[in-house]
Amino acid sequence: MSQNLVESGAEVSSDRRREREKLVEIRNLKTYYGESGLFGGRPVKAVDGVSFDIFNGETLGLVGESGCGKTTLGRTLLQLEDATGGEVRYDGTDITELSGDELYQWRRNAQMVFQDPDSSLNDRMTVGEIVREPLDVYEWGTPQECREHVKELLDIVGLRPEHYYRYPHQFSGGQRQRIGIARTLALEPDFMVLDEPVSALDVSVQAEIINLLEDLQEEFGLTYLFIAHDLSVVQHICDRVAVMYLGNIMEIGPTDELFNNPANPYTHSLLSAIPKPDPTATADRITLHGTPPNPRYPPNGCPFNTRCPARIRPPEYEQLDDEIWMGINTLRDVLLERQRADRSLRERIRERLGRQTRFASVDETYDDLFGHLNIPQDAASVLDEIVDYAADNDEDQALAVLTEEFGSVCEKESPEYSTVSETGRQSFCHRHSEEHARPSEVLDERY
Amino acid sequence: MSIETTTQDQRSNEKPLIDVRNLQTAFFTDKETIRAVDGISVNIDAGETVGIVGESGSGKSVTARSIMGLVEKPGQILKGSSARFHQLETVKAYASEFSDHTVEVSQLRDQHNPQDLLDRIQSDISPETFDRDNRSDITLTDILAAGYGDKLGITSERDCVFITGRSGNRPENITSGFIELTRLEGEMQRKMRGGRITMVFQDPLTSLNPVFTVGNQIKEALDLHRGLTGEEATREAVELLEAVGIPDAGRRVDEYPHQFSGGMRQRAVIAMALACEPELLICDEPTTALDVTIQAQILELLEEIQEERDIGIMFITHDMGVIAEVSDRVNVMYAGEVIEKADVISLFENPKHPYTRGLLQSIPGGQGGDRLQTIEGNVPTPNEPADYCRFAQRCPKAFDACDVVHPKHVEVSEQNDHTAACLLYPEEKSQAGAVSLHREKGKAGDGDRMRGEKQ
Ligand SMILES: Nc1ncnc2c1ncn2[C@@H]1O[C@H](COP(=O)(O)OP(=O)(O)OP(=O)(O)O)[C@@H](O)[C@H]1O
Ligand code: SF4
Ligand code: SF4
Ligand SMILES: [Mg+2]
Repeated sequence: MSQNLVESGAEVSSDRRREREKLVEIRNLKTYYGESGLFGGRPVKAVDGVSFDIFNGETLGLVGESGCGKTTLGRTLLQLEDATGGEVRYDGTDITELSGDELYQWRRNAQMVFQDPDSSLNDRMTVGEIVREPLDVYEWGTPQECREHVKELLDIVGLRPEHYYRYPHQFSGGQRQRIGIARTLALEPDFMVLDEPVSALDVSVQAEIINLLEDLQEEFGLTYLFIAHDLSVVQHICDRVAVMYLGNIMEIGPTDELFNNPANPYTHSLLSAIPKPDPTATADRITLHGTPPNPRYPPNGCPFNTRCPARIRPPEYEQLDDEIWMGINTLRDVLLERQRADRSLRERIRERLGRQTRFASVDETYDDLFGHLNIPQDAASVLDEIVDYAADNDEDQALAVLTEEFGSVCEKESPEYSTVSETGRQSFCHRHSEEHARPSEVLDERY
Repeated sequence: MSIETTTQDQRSNEKPLIDVRNLQTAFFTDKETIRAVDGISVNIDAGETVGIVGESGSGKSVTARSIMGLVEKPGQILKGSSARFHQLETVKAYASEFSDHTVEVSQLRDQHNPQDLLDRIQSDISPETFDRDNRSDITLTDILAAGYGDKLGITSERDCVFITGRSGNRPENITSGFIELTRLEGEMQRKMRGGRITMVFQDPLTSLNPVFTVGNQIKEALDLHRGLTGEEATREAVELLEAVGIPDAGRRVDEYPHQFSGGMRQRAVIAMALACEPELLICDEPTTALDVTIQAQILELLEEIQEERDIGIMFITHDMGVIAEVSDRVNVMYAGEVIEKADVISLFENPKHPYTRGLLQSIPGGQGGDRLQTIEGNVPTPNEPADYCRFAQRCPKAFDACDVVHPKHVEVSEQNDHTAACLLYPEEKSQAGAVSLHREKGKAGDGDRMRGEKQ
């Protein structure tokens, strides 16, 4: 105990900090889907090399947009999904190496609560049977003991003993989520992955479940990985937060710091997008354009570079108008999109007939983006060159020129983690190195 | 003053774009009658966004569907409900195209005295039925729009265009009037829905047909509502997609809905809605299924569109953050009723109804660290007439009268038009005084509250 205090090297104010022993250590974890697929095609890189620790007794939040890999990461931590590479050390054991009986025994320690209380409960089983099932699977105690234990669990999560014989459809959403939680607690796990546990619930009901989860953690010393897209819930319940984008963790650190003083441009953008329940709040919003890229085709360099509002610009174009930059970004999106889009048969026929649909529409897009702008000579000639390639249906070359001329380190090299505060908060961005302006300065200037 | 006067007529040009009064929609199932929308009154001006917020099952979607004429069996809009669409151009167009279904209220006024008519109506009615304070305020228009004219032999069942003022005989001379949305059918309904009023749903795929390209679907709307076809329609479709921020629109117009991402689909639906140049846009949780960064894009888009085209927007959501951001005025719904309404700032800074207060306190964030406030229990299903407060079971402030007296909307602050339906108000009255005021309001007419008469 005292050992830990020394290690954390800080005066411990909160109870939770006191036990900063690592429960789970994740190193360079990757989970790809469809890698060995029949078509030998490109894999979907759902989790693309993440490293972080989960401390005993804490609640670590995992946030990010849909499809960024949150659920896959959660499932991989429990070996419900096979890791493609990397390690998950749980109390010292790398569970990605476990299989068969060892894995089966280990799983008792770690459980998952799902988002949708409606589909995760079997409607043909009574509440008692549902909560009991894991006990039966692990041959826990005598039938009598099991029944007692289940009733105890129902009590713990705020349900009544007579609910034992009812069916899930007789319950409201909040109560159904309680049933799911009771079931998860049955085998007395240490670690729980909560995947959007309150997203399907009404606000007033959601508050009760959040309070329940906090009580349970206190009582049983549980460690939570709390996956959510609702950042206000995360801000409330989590000790630390990891922000995920396209299979990568962009920033990870203590909740208050991260919310009040975000370091990574993506964290900045995500936080600024949340509508606040305060009509007088002046929305200094950074609206990201476009959508996250397809994880089958992540961009080179920084995963966020296609949408980043703080992207590093080459010095020779530093003075270029923001509107022109917006146009260049959109042009790049369009080219990337076209590069991937299957050309429909019809389109190919039309092309052969000499009605070059793509040609026409690149010109249109160009006019749309830049027609009303006054573009400096040097940039204009490069843009012309790009459009010429695109009109020839050579998106690859068009993109190569675009990246060469308007790209920067953000497109060329993957960033590394930088420590951005005294608490060890990490951010994944080139802008933390000396030669570039900090993200917040750039964002202030550009927005 | 019992006779509708010309001053009231002249006011009509300032009337809201849509004026919903005592809307009641019930579902008649074998087991029970669910009063999904139970007497709500909402109005929206052109260029204004009115929010409707409430928890699941509070009746938000049914409200929207009732206005759109999309209520299906076993659901029904009840008699006494009125939803008046005041847009003058539309009224003129309808009066000329559907003259058989047009009622000249201005001429009928000489023949009928509303007070006499009220005596002849057999149903339970009260001023509340017409969203009026006093019986003497009830006008002939109110009686006809709410559907009581049919039995009295003044209107026929399919009448739905009501002219309340004109300066000559021709349709162009109409100076005021409205279309009663709850009475629309067939062709008249089709022209309204998707033409003058359009709806954006939570799931864009409910509005998009998977087997047609996005472009074709927009072009169909353009053909139907604006008579555009061929090249011209294609050009307009591309322009609309561009207007809603879809890059490379010239190519995407030929793609199918499944080739679009979620946010892009919702943009396409909005483009389709705009294709008909609507006056009123009803958005039912349009961003709930989207990520926050995409939600921000869509909200920004709606704001731009509204500024450009001056349309009225009804915005439905359960998200208090979104409501705060988009609305000018807010209605909070609970179990089929609007329980508080106010301009957005008053509502958030000075909520009055115990439910609104509870709801705002249960939102995490802000108060940080502390335990979250909760509202015990769940939203009840409104399956009995509301002659009590439907929030009473969960209300921390409930007292005896709450179980037997139905709270009416009363002014709750100096701020104009901030009302709540709770027996604790008006604050300046004693509790007994307040309760008797609510009781009086309920009785002010001859009858009791409407008991769900089918139209
Ligand atoms: N087709 C139907 N048949 C029977 N009852 C219905 C039908 N449609 C809606 N209801 C009932 O009407 C009430 C109001 O439903 P509505 O869908 O308007 O709620 P809502 O506020 O939109 O909720 P949510 O936030 O979940 O979308 C509910 O009790 C619902 O069960
Ligand atoms: S590395 Fe570049 S693109 Fe990535 S977040 Fe930092 S500034 Fe943005
Ligand atoms: S009327 Fe009574 S029960 Fe209803 S909100 Fe007011 S105090 Fe609460
Ligand atoms: Mg709804």
